Amino acid sequence: MNDHILSTYDDELQEVRSIVIQMGDLAANQLSEAMQALRDLDIEKAKEVRLSDKKLDALEITAERAVIGVFARRAPVADDLREVVSALKMTTMIERMGDYAKNIAKRTFALSDGALVVMPEMLDKMAIEAHQMIESVLEAYVKRSAEQAVAVWESDEALDSMYNLTYRKILARMMETPEYIGELTHYLMIAKNIERIGDQATNVAEQIFYAITGDNLEEARAKNDETSVELFAKD
Amino acid sequence: MNSAPAETGPEAIQAKPKMAARGVNVFYGDNHAIKDIDLDLYADKVTSLIGPSGCGKSTFLRCLNRMNDTIPICHVTGEILLEDENIYTSGIDVVQLRARVGMVFQKPNPFPKSIYDNVAYGPRIHGLAAHRTDLDEIVTTSLEKAGLWQEVKDRLDSSGTALSGGQQQRLCIARAIAVNPEVILMDEPCSALDPIATAKIEALIDELSGRYAIIIVTHSMQQAARISRKTAFFHLGEMVEYGDTTEIFTSPKEDRTRDYITGRIG
Repeated sequence: MNDHILSTYDDELQEVRSIVIQMGDLAANQLSEAMQALRDLDIEKAKEVRLSDKKLDALEITAERAVIGVFARRAPVADDLREVVSALKMTTMIERMGDYAKNIAKRTFALSDGALVVMPEMLDKMAIEAHQMIESVLEAYVKRSAEQAVAVWESDEALDSMYNLTYRKILARMMETPEYIGELTHYLMIAKNIERIGDQATNVAEQIFYAITGDNLEEARAKNDETSVELFAKD
Repeated sequence: MNSAPAETGPEAIQAKPKMAARGVNVFYGDNHAIKDIDLDLYADKVTSLIGPSGCGKSTFLRCLNRMNDTIPICHVTGEILLEDENIYTSGIDVVQLRARVGMVFQKPNPFPKSIYDNVAYGPRIHGLAAHRTDLDEIVTTSLEKAGLWQEVKDRLDSSGTALSGGQQQRLCIARAIAVNPEVILMDEPCSALDPIATAKIEALIDELSGRYAIIIVTHSMQQAARISRKTAFFHLGEMVEYGDTTEIFTSPKEDRTRDYITGRIG
């Protein structure tokens, strides 16, 4: 796409973009760190995750101000309008990713106080998948690739399936060892947090798709989280 | 003849147009200024014509009430229909046509006469008032519709040129309304006005839009976005895109439209 006649307009849009990317990197890092803390039941690392979430919150406010500035000064239309509106929504979504990572860290504190219950191995796999989704969606954003945004959007199905499986496995363990139901509930919630991070990455992909094409992607999307309509494990 | 750009948006299916251009070309001598324009204009929807200087939007606007007839080297081909009648058919009374299709210009141009006479001028020459009381009624109603009555009712004998720029422009709108037009053409009506006067004209356009088909040429993208339901983008004499204003300003289909409205180097 051509540059604006006013180069300062391009500078302002670039500033918004760089805040979004910075936030995305931070959220991906927070997820990795939170999972590391959980694996090792490392309280110090968990504290770091909680602190770094404040950086994400502050960046969200910076992004919001930058976008409001663009609206006030530039009255954006067409692609520019879609881009800044999407960026504003994306920063909220990325901030939520950080909240989910923070929640994992919070549960790490609780788990470190309780009985030593082996972490369900699927959680690591889920986190790797969610992390990959964040990185890939950020790449789609940087490259302005609608195709890659669609690919991320589609990959959420795999994470949803992993969550469904994890849910059932944890439920089975709860039935086998009801004395650890407290600890296992934390792991269940952590699985849900990771699954929600994937959802937010999917939402970000929808925003990128809209910003680039002007079309909505979410209408065609089928939800694959079956656990909300399910009472007992199927297998 | 090229086909008209596909019309987009939820309002694509609609009523019969008030005016319609069919394969309209305009030449200034050898200069092909307007190329194969097909465009429907609706009574209940304000239409904005946008595009860079020299793109042909004002030339096209002036075709709609044959204002280009005054330029000797100007030659128009194709059809412009007003209620199914081609206004370029020989035998059309151009004075009558301009009463049906009124015009407001960029620079307010009241006659150097009283406020009353400015508005009464058209009805007088078209014989719309049999008695003075009828004329008074037309002047009052027109000034009311133009949102100027409260400001001038006590000084109708004052000169129209003594009013502020914004008031003069509303006086010109009152003058256009006074002859019961069906269509009002506006050629950058706010470009000489400050933001408050502009807001008043825009509010007036909004108010009048149910009663008259309004077609406005504007250089202000935000003005087009604010006041019109349909927008047509002109470039180098062609109509590049035409559609619902919201669509044009959020998701234009053509790169040339996008580059123009977002201020990009095309």
